[in-house]
Amino acid sequence: MAVEKFETVLKKLEDAVHKLEGGELTLEESLKVFEEGVKAANFCVKKLDEAEKKVELLLKQKDGAFIKREFSLEEDR
Amino acid sequence: MDLFTEKRILTVSQLTQLIRGVLEENFEHVWLEGEVSNMAAPASGHLYFTLKDAGAQIRCVVFRASARAMRFKIRNGMGLVLRGRVSVFDQRGEYQFIAEYLEPKGIGALQLAFNQLKEKLAREGLFDELRKKPLPGLPRRIGVVTSATGAAVHDILTVLKRRHAPVEVLIIPVKVQGEGAAREIAAAIRDFNLYREVDVLIVGRGGGSMEDLWAFNEEVVARAISASRIPVVSAVGHEVDFTITDFVADLRAPTPSAAAEMVVRSREELEGELRHLTTRLSSAMGRKLSGARERGEGLIRALKDPSLLVGHLAQRVDDQAARMKGALNGSLRRRRERLDALAHRLQIMNPAVEAERCRERLLILSAGMENAMQRLLDGLREKAAVSGARLHAFSPLATLDRGYCIARRHPAGEIVRDAGLLEQGDRLGLTFRHGSARCVVESADES
Repeated sequence: MAVEKFETVLKKLEDAVHKLEGGELTLEESLKVFEEGVKAANFCVKKLDEAEKKVELLLKQKDGAFIKREFSLEEDR
Repeated sequence: MDLFTEKRILTVSQLTQLIRGVLEENFEHVWLEGEVSNMAAPASGHLYFTLKDAGAQIRCVVFRASARAMRFKIRNGMGLVLRGRVSVFDQRGEYQFIAEYLEPKGIGALQLAFNQLKEKLAREGLFDELRKKPLPGLPRRIGVVTSATGAAVHDILTVLKRRHAPVEVLIIPVKVQGEGAAREIAAAIRDFNLYREVDVLIVGRGGGSMEDLWAFNEEVVARAISASRIPVVSAVGHEVDFTITDFVADLRAPTPSAAAEMVVRSREELEGELRHLTTRLSSAMGRKLSGARERGEGLIRALKDPSLLVGHLAQRVDDQAARMKGALNGSLRRRRERLDALAHRLQIMNPAVEAERCRERLLILSAGMENAMQRLLDGLREKAAVSGARLHAFSPLATLDRGYCIARRHPAGEIVRDAGLLEQGDRLGLTFRHGSARCVVESADES
């Protein structure tokens, strides 16, 4: 699920920061960790932008299929 | 009716019917209180028990239709207040109280039903902390089970709008009070689990009386929440209202607005966290690179030291070292500067896009830097080897070639550098380019 992915990736970024700040890596390893961290940060920002801000009604049909209908509060009209 | 003036013989049925008539006419609408014993609930759905006080007892019946309307369960020893009528059970010749409405004594019927269900579900472990699922940190889709026209949906959407939460909301509209509400709520929770594509559920409604909130105290709702694979946040009524739903849910929010606040972290908050992490990432990398530069300088120093022993060669090595250092420093500084610039842009702009560019450059640069460093070190090693060859030019043999000779005391063998240390008669050995000679000092002048 996309949610868990965001959580996991944010955790990856945190891990990368901790590893780099720990300072026990060689230069080469550091670059690798840095690269991973940057990738993770990139992913997280993308995820933030991806989410839509829609509000819809979810209605179940007689055959069990779901359809979505636009929803707006009375006062918004 | 004149039963006593003339001798009239009645059948048992006739008498029973007469008695029943008298009782039903006179005790048609009675309120009664007492304590329950001998409670029985056969498959027929009717309930039978005896109601008693210190001095008397009476058989009581609750017919199925009335029993079904009851929300709590009758137990032995319970104090009850009943409304009903007195009648006769012909076949057994017993009079009995037919209860149409019952409530527990001292405590409201709803409160009792609430307590009973709460106790039952607690015993089953439905409220255990271990069962509670954690909420997702960044839900993409929130499912809401509430009335489409109520205060709750309005409050939830207002909060989400205010926080600019990057989130999609799906609502399954349900009745939240009255007949059938609990079944609709439970079905909506199950439907969201079938639909699957929501990350968290908010189930609730705005405030109201205990009667209004009752659907959220029904077992069918509690069971649906407990079976949900999607984490459920309960958001029923006001802060002071507690429902069974609150206990079963993975998280209880005091109000629908609070539920929305608990479910989404604001976009600003998440972006701030990302910014903070990327800043730390790049400054840690920066520290790494300057550490590498220092190690490079250390290498240069190590190579430089032996060259100091070798007169003018040291100068050449120094020159080489300076150039190499310059090259290394320059490339590292340029890289540092680029990294700093990128890190700076990472901080003030969209962090990850910049970081991605930075990453690519770093990869290219790191490959380049490795090559450059290797080349420089190889070069330096080569120079050092050439220097070694040049050193031979300064060896004593070469010096003797040019006509110098070495004087040693005989037989001690120590080299004589100062004539002032010699006296007349001292014996010396002289080493020439070819061969040697022994001689005796005739005189020695200090200057």
